[in-house]
Amino acid sequence: MGSRGVGQVRELFTDARLVATRDLRIEARSRVLLNQVAPFALLVLVLFGFALDADQRTLRTFAPGLFWVTVLLAALLAVQRSASIEHADDAHTGLRLSGMAAASVFLGKAAAVFVQLIVLEILLTVGIVVLYGSEVDDPALLALTAVAAAVGVATTGTLYGALASGLGARETLLPILLLPVLAPVLIGATRSFDDALGAAAVDGWAWLGLLAVFGLVATVLGALAHGAMIED
Amino acid sequence: MADSTTSTGSPGSRLLGLTTLVGLAGLLLFAFVFTEPDVRLHPTTGEEFGQFDAVRLLYLHVPMAVLTYVAFLTCAVASAGYLLKRGAWWDVTAHASAEVGTVCCGLVLVTGSIWGRPVWNTWWEWGDVRLMTTLVLFLLFTGYLALRRTPAEPQRQARRAAIVALVAVVDIPLVNRSVEWWENRTLHQQSTLAELKIEDLTLFTLMLGFVVFGLVFAWLMLHRFRVGWLEHAQAGHEVALAIAERHAEMETLDVDAAIGQTGGGK
Repeated sequence: MGSRGVGQVRELFTDARLVATRDLRIEARSRVLLNQVAPFALLVLVLFGFALDADQRTLRTFAPGLFWVTVLLAALLAVQRSASIEHADDAHTGLRLSGMAAASVFLGKAAAVFVQLIVLEILLTVGIVVLYGSEVDDPALLALTAVAAAVGVATTGTLYGALASGLGARETLLPILLLPVLAPVLIGATRSFDDALGAAAVDGWAWLGLLAVFGLVATVLGALAHGAMIED
Repeated sequence: MADSTTSTGSPGSRLLGLTTLVGLAGLLLFAFVFTEPDVRLHPTTGEEFGQFDAVRLLYLHVPMAVLTYVAFLTCAVASAGYLLKRGAWWDVTAHASAEVGTVCCGLVLVTGSIWGRPVWNTWWEWGDVRLMTTLVLFLLFTGYLALRRTPAEPQRQARRAAIVALVAVVDIPLVNRSVEWWENRTLHQQSTLAELKIEDLTLFTLMLGFVVFGLVFAWLMLHRFRVGWLEHAQAGHEVALAIAERHAEMETLDVDAAIGQTGGGK
């Protein structure tokens, strides 16, 4: 790669960092994640407890699946919030006029959602340990799974959030578009957590590989496709 | 030419439709009259086993499964074509194939479930790779069609739908992998077709099923494409009409202004 190529890559990531910082600053000021998304996620964990008759053994067995279903539901809110930022005060027009590459905008927005998902996952991990009595057998696997799955959810979510934005009924459209695409993340992350939390005898590290591939594919596809979204 | 704007039919499509109907009648005869139910005798106990009459569902189920993949693959290729060329032809083809493919996919799931009840003793089997992959495929394209029905500017909608279709196609191998690792098992039998384990008339009926449902597919695609093309032409016509009306309005305003000016000068 020549010096021009290196410069372009550096510019891509510098711009992405600017977008991510802007989104996180908006989040820090509005506190939507802390005041609305996180309480919603904890509420879902409690509702699962009620639905499963508050049986600690059952909850411990199914904690990985319940954890990831909760993450996906909360991620829908985070993604919708991330996309709506661009429509408030016509911010997306400002981004287009800034001359930033579409891939930079995509990576920046996905990075901001990723950070929010990581915060959410930390809270939910505490939630399942306290409420469901889960025990962490393999912290490294747990942490890496949380990161790999968050990459997949954040990148796919950002792409689909941009895709549904500006269309009628986007609030109802986003879940039916996004959730089936995230099926491999749900299965992979649940099985990996099964191993990390000692809920089932599976090879969680193999599942981590699938999550990493999903995250990589989603990042590349998202960066390539985001240009077509912001052409509008 | 008047016919081309009021109907999706043409002499060619009517001939295709007629051939398809004759083919369907022939297939029904072979499936329900000429072929026998799948009954085999256990070599040691002598007990009857097999799929019995449920085997007749496979003459619909298997061709539909193949056509589902053909339709979704067509949709993906047409979507990529649209993103590269931006032509309405690609977009209408993608929409038509996705709609026909979703119907085929729904039929695969329903017929598979009905067939599974007597043969596998269950309506639904979690962890069966093919079943789960087909279900996720169905849900992905249900989302695609929901996007298509959302009111939006046509080119914006076409662009976004093309991306959804391409992501769906890329996602499928990952879904397949994940479900396979999830349970690592399938109740689906291995292909008996390639090894010619199935008997002559059954094999012939299955092949006839492929041909006849292939014709049904082609007929549906043809008409759905033409409906899409007419919708596209209609939208363009409405825009042209609105522009013409606006021009006429402006001209009237100009004339009024001119008359007003003359009147004012008097």
